[in-house]
Amino acid sequence: MSEIEDKSKAAEEFMKGLWKENPIFVSVLGMCPALAVTNTAINSLAMGLATMFVLICSSILVSLLKSIIPKQVRITAYIIIIATFVTVVDFSLAAFVPAIHKELGAFIALIVVNCLILGRQESFASKNTVGLSILDALGMSLGFTFAMLCIGIPREILGSGSLFNIPLFGDSFEPWVVMILPPGGFFMLGFLLLGFNWYAQRKKKVLKVN
Amino acid sequence: MEEQENTIPEIVEEKEPSSFKLIFALGIAGLISGVILVGTFIYTDPLIKANKAAATQRAIFKVLDGCESFTPLTLENDKLVEKVVDPNKEEKNDKNELLIYAGYDANKQLIGFAIPGSEPGFQDIIGTIFGYDGNKKVIIGFEVLESKETPGLGDKIFKDADFLLNFTALAVEPEIIPVKKGEKQNPNEVETIAGATISSKAVVRLLNKTMAIWQTTIDDYIEENNLTVSEKDE
Repeated sequence: MSEIEDKSKAAEEFMKGLWKENPIFVSVLGMCPALAVTNTAINSLAMGLATMFVLICSSILVSLLKSIIPKQVRITAYIIIIATFVTVVDFSLAAFVPAIHKELGAFIALIVVNCLILGRQESFASKNTVGLSILDALGMSLGFTFAMLCIGIPREILGSGSLFNIPLFGDSFEPWVVMILPPGGFFMLGFLLLGFNWYAQRKKKVLKVN
Repeated sequence: MEEQENTIPEIVEEKEPSSFKLIFALGIAGLISGVILVGTFIYTDPLIKANKAAATQRAIFKVLDGCESFTPLTLENDKLVEKVVDPNKEEKNDKNELLIYAGYDANKQLIGFAIPGSEPGFQDIIGTIFGYDGNKKVIIGFEVLESKETPGLGDKIFKDADFLLNFTALAVEPEIIPVKKGEKQNPNEVETIAGATISSKAVVRLLNKTMAIWQTTIDDYIEENNLTVSEKDE
């Protein structure tokens, strides 16, 4: 295999998570955080980064240990590894940013069951080198964070009239409260999925015509 | 997508690994996990405890105006006693332990008691702490620590300035009564928030319930320790 091929493969593993296989918009994974903690931009970002940390660390460890983990106990081993890093995130957030820890609450612990993370270990990190696994994890988690922000930013703007806690409109703005309530999460996610699928179908049609 | 299809188990039968290998693999995973977790815990635990203590202190200072120092008090045989915090002993985090805080001003004069209390609201438990002046028997401050009340409606219990004005000198005897906005006539009445009746009534219920637990013991404590503010001091 030539060096160029290696590089293009690496780039592809990184890029696919951002758009082509975006965990939220395409694979529709990680719906629990995508709906529950996207009521403000800062929460979306924090959850995205927390997930990124867990995903990258678990991918490194899983791909390092892949040769000694037998197939029969792999899921157990992955869960132990993922849960470890989730607990690390939990403690660290509580120690350094208690306000965000309080906002995200139980959803930090629930990163353990984010199928995005277990899915990447099972389908990628356990079969690839450490380097590629890091790229894959980085791409996927950036795609996840991007999608979280896509949901969180409009929700905060419409529902609270602010962005990253900075008020955008004057006092005359009447916040669209439903957007920061749970139904707002469904509205926004449905709206974005609609957009994504519409775009994908249109692209397909254009390809067919050509 | 390709990798996801590859996850289907291969039909080719591999040699079963020995039980020892399975246990060994999980043991290694557990060991690594344990080392990472203990390391993180040792490093972050003091910080987390300091954060919690700071949050409690902030809340106490907020509900007791002019408070400079405080001592935690706990119930023992129906009596309020000072809780001795032994720094050498690992503190038990007993959530059922009832704890209130006596707050003092710069001259070591008792201002009042900061009392934590919680009660189910519209969505979830509302966790609060409020300041209680044991001499005048009035509530002098109120702060919501935890709440998932509806933004824009129920969250007015801690965002609405008019509602919070209820808790500057709210008499607790004979009991606190919720009334409609603009109908407050007696010192023991709370004007509820239009559109957030359930949340505001939950707050009133919380105050009554919590005071029922503490009132007599606080009275006894003040009497016993001669903390009654004399007329001259006032």
